[in-house]
Amino acid sequence: MNSQWAIPQLSWRFRHIWQRNSLVWRKLAIPSMLGNLADPLLYMLGLGYGLGRMLETVDGISYIGFLASGIICSSTMMSASFETMYSGFSRMHIQKTWETLLNAPLTLDDVVLGELIWAASKSFLSGCAVLIVATALGLVPSWLAVIVLPVILLTGLAFSSLGLIMTALSPSYDFFMYYFTLGVTPMMLLCGVFFPLEQLPLFAQQLAQCLPLTHAVSLVRPLVHGMVPTHYFLNIAVLSLYTVIGFYLALACTRRRLLQ
Amino acid sequence: MPALTLSGLRKSYAGKEVLRGLDLSIYRGECFGLLGPNGAGKTTTLRLCLGLTTPDSGNITVLDQAIPMFARQTRIRIGVVPQFDSLDPDFSIRENLLIFGRYFDIPDAMLNSRIPDLLEFAGLSNRGDAGIRSLSGGMKRRLSLARALINDPELIFLDEPTTGLDPQARHIIWERLRQLLKMGKTLLLTTHFMEEAERLCQRIAIIDHGTLIAVGEPQALIGQHIEPQVVEVFGDGAAAWATQHAAQLADRCENTGETYFLYSRDPAALIVELERSKTLRFLHRRASLEDVFLKLTGRELRD
Repeated sequence: MNSQWAIPQLSWRFRHIWQRNSLVWRKLAIPSMLGNLADPLLYMLGLGYGLGRMLETVDGISYIGFLASGIICSSTMMSASFETMYSGFSRMHIQKTWETLLNAPLTLDDVVLGELIWAASKSFLSGCAVLIVATALGLVPSWLAVIVLPVILLTGLAFSSLGLIMTALSPSYDFFMYYFTLGVTPMMLLCGVFFPLEQLPLFAQQLAQCLPLTHAVSLVRPLVHGMVPTHYFLNIAVLSLYTVIGFYLALACTRRRLLQ
Repeated sequence: MPALTLSGLRKSYAGKEVLRGLDLSIYRGECFGLLGPNGAGKTTTLRLCLGLTTPDSGNITVLDQAIPMFARQTRIRIGVVPQFDSLDPDFSIRENLLIFGRYFDIPDAMLNSRIPDLLEFAGLSNRGDAGIRSLSGGMKRRLSLARALINDPELIFLDEPTTGLDPQARHIIWERLRQLLKMGKTLLLTTHFMEEAERLCQRIAIIDHGTLIAVGEPQALIGQHIEPQVVEVFGDGAAAWATQHAAQLADRCENTGETYFLYSRDPAALIVELERSKTLRFLHRRASLEDVFLKLTGRELRD
């Protein structure tokens, strides 16, 4: 049962972990939300208006409108990564919160699933906040943008799964810098957040097709402008695979770390 | 039926055998002490009993349930006081109890009716809304103990419950543990303090290198394994004196640094001899559990 690669035992008990984390978050919700929103908005407004002045349109839309849909995705990625890695590591390793959960009638599978759903929920709020601001600025012309909401959630799940793998492998907070430098920052630049993929050399475009953020952007950008994404099935499948395989790997690594 | 039975328990980490065939039974309603040097396998044993790791071989039965097969369900009936306080620093004292109770699927109404009693038990009645960071080490440990009682457990595991506490705080913890025994709870505690084990435990087990080396009532173990009287000799010339006299005047002599421990059934002659010396100092006392522990596990450092 405790074997590292055993099939995950999913249970509604994960809600206890979710509820605990949300109670902590609620105590600091407003500063936390504003903090999470400041960074993406600075990028969106700074680059959008500054750089946007110099460009006519990008792919037929204003640059800030183009950028907004990318920032919705990157903000979701950032929020999920920070929550699973820095906050998750603190709960696992520093505060021994996970140890407390395991002394109660909860399992490690419950804990990792609870952390996944929690981080995805929190990053969902971050993505939605950017979407709401973009809507208020008149950058979201279509009602089809409502379908962006489940896409944000799926994006949050995918990046939370990846973050939880890092948390399970990390000896200390310093380790997360590697993931940000080698994973998150390249994705910010390669996955079509700031400029269309087609601007990249072919090999970089092919590499980008393997990265989850590309597929999130490929879904969100057309939806925001009232179009159905061309390869939506592929995009959804890639994000789902990152979620499912990432969760399984995260759980296996966490089991090896904590249950041996 | 015993509250807990271990048989032939083996567990290795990275090729090193931590437990090498451990057998143990703990009866209902007793306080059982698990003693052993660092690295003897105490914490591993507790983790195995909670089902947090699986044994390589052997059987574990806790409250009539097979572990790890039914570990999760069995933890509903167990309380755990961990070695390092794992209270939630983001929550108040009351919230710590409430939220931990929810992990057991206990309804809030029942938790809210239990919490005042638990706060009183922890001596924190008027501080329910205080934050964890404002608490002293002793208060945190009392709260950890109260938290472990939120599910009204039949069996409570305590991993070094008084390590790092001052004597006042330690005595309060001991008094609370006796209250729990009166309520019919079964306690399993690990400790380095022999005095703690001798005061609290009906029975103790000494484990070392992953096997059981002695088990029984503290007084019986003292009677069984060691001479009843000890004279500790130290001061200038203790080494020379011990080489010359120890063998004739005592049944057994052990040495740590500058102190010589002379074990004897009748130390009268030994004391007369020592009183003649101007430079030697000595302490005559009854043999304790610590003497048994050191005899059985050796005096060398375990780091």
